[in-house]
Amino acid sequence: MSEQPLLLEAHEVAKHFGGVKALQDVSLTIRRGEIYGLIGPNGAGKTTFFNCLTGLYKNESGHFVFDGVRLEADAPHKAAAVGIARTFQNIRLFGNMTAIENVMVGRHLRTRAGVLGAITRNAATRAEEAAITRRAEELLHYVGIHERAHDYAKHLSYGDQRRLEIARALATEPKLLALDEPAAGMNGTETEALRVLVEGICRDGVTVLLIEHDVKLVMGLCRRVAVFDYGEKICEDVPAVVQKDPRVIEAYLGGSVA
Amino acid sequence: MDTLLQQLINGITLGAVYALVALGYTMVYGIIGLINFAHGEVVMIGTMVAFTVIVSLAGSAMAPLMILGIGVAVSVVVCMVLGWALERVAYRPLRHAPRLTPLITAIGMSIVLQNVAMIIWGRNYITFPPMIGKHIYEFGGASFTNVQIAIVTLAALMMLGLIYLVHRTRIGMAMRATAQNQHVAALMGVDIDRVIAMAFIIGSALGAVAGCMVGSYYEIAHYQMGFMLGLKAFTAAVLGGIGNLAGAMAGGLLLGVIEALGAGYIGDLTGDFLGSHYQDIFAFIVLIIVLMFRPSGLFGERTGDRA
Repeated sequence: MSEQPLLLEAHEVAKHFGGVKALQDVSLTIRRGEIYGLIGPNGAGKTTFFNCLTGLYKNESGHFVFDGVRLEADAPHKAAAVGIARTFQNIRLFGNMTAIENVMVGRHLRTRAGVLGAITRNAATRAEEAAITRRAEELLHYVGIHERAHDYAKHLSYGDQRRLEIARALATEPKLLALDEPAAGMNGTETEALRVLVEGICRDGVTVLLIEHDVKLVMGLCRRVAVFDYGEKICEDVPAVVQKDPRVIEAYLGGSVA
Repeated sequence: MDTLLQQLINGITLGAVYALVALGYTMVYGIIGLINFAHGEVVMIGTMVAFTVIVSLAGSAMAPLMILGIGVAVSVVVCMVLGWALERVAYRPLRHAPRLTPLITAIGMSIVLQNVAMIIWGRNYITFPPMIGKHIYEFGGASFTNVQIAIVTLAALMMLGLIYLVHRTRIGMAMRATAQNQHVAALMGVDIDRVIAMAFIIGSALGAVAGCMVGSYYEIAHYQMGFMLGLKAFTAAVLGGIGNLAGAMAGGLLLGVIEALGAGYIGDLTGDFLGSHYQDIFAFIVLIIVLMFRPSGLFGERTGDRA
């Protein structure tokens, strides 16, 4: 296994909510091209980690290095600009916009035309808008919901909404795609389709950070897995080792008497 | 003379102006949930700046229409800068403050702008020089002027332009996404600060044009004119469903027509006890009725959808 360069390094990231230590000096590294799993019981700090990474929360101490550059993610759009995109545990689409418009918003970052272009309708603006539409169509096709392109996001089925969130995130051309419980509420068939989709995304060169409760999915997809419990990283290894780690078993099954 | 037709024509003219101003309120509300009470004052400043430019160019050899055009253009630019500055100085620092704080700041900014205008342009009524040679047309017992036609046409064009901007362009899409969910839009790479500034700038530009229309229509201006105009446009925005662009347009037109009809018939209805100078009460009767029976407005969504 050739060692790929590091894409994301978290250095002792800590976040408190009042007296609650949501994250305690969490350090981890993610390599380019891998699918990295993040698991742990509810409230372990997984989503808090995502929120710090994407600039929604400000961590009290510690920092992230992304692609060799220290991340100053004081505003979420800057995290997006350096190449971090995410989806949400509870789906957050722009419900009153169509599926394709949702994806086009994701293209915002990678396009230029301003108000002046919109008014003058110059050739560059028209070409750019055509390119945005074409790319959005491709992405809908990629996640398999192109037939619903012109339906309002709020009218899509649950599984399709999850796919649309992924398409919208991919539209920002991320280097790292962070998926927050993408399989939540999915049945077996949908989860299998999701597994194929995530594998494809990784094969196409996007590194994936996956929070998931579906242990089977995580163990099947991820090259390495970190386990969080009470805001601490208690274990990080390949899936086969993690599954047998006594600390992990204790975190999931409660204090053992052994 | 046919009162009904005449008042409909006057109402549509007035309504077109209300609609343009109401759009400024509704765009800002739709995106950051703030009622920018200083918006009426931005419109007033727009009228005053156009007045100053027109008066200072009036002696020159330029065609009157050209002078008017320059006046409007300068006023639009000044108001855009003013709208941007208001957001930057008064509202952005309070983005995460409780909702009442920016509201009170908005009222404060409104008072500041009124006083600045009073210092610059004085406390008396100003005669807004008519730059369009007035023609009066007769139609079915009612009359209307070319100024009215120009106002309604220009307002309609600007509203179509805005609809196009919001629904078909990149920046418009970013605005709609931000209105629906700021955090998510930011995570998709939309620069929220820029989008919010843009809403203020566009709203102020529309307001400046509306201010020039008011000046040309009534041919007078006053440093307190923005207050009542702003309140009425706000009423129009609430009537249509605040936060909703189509609602602001429809609400503006409807309010203008209601007010004009009210002014036309109030004498007959009250046996001449109340005269047409009571026309202002209609806007507020409408506001009270809307707030009582349909607080989300004609086009507004149920509040549950916004949460």
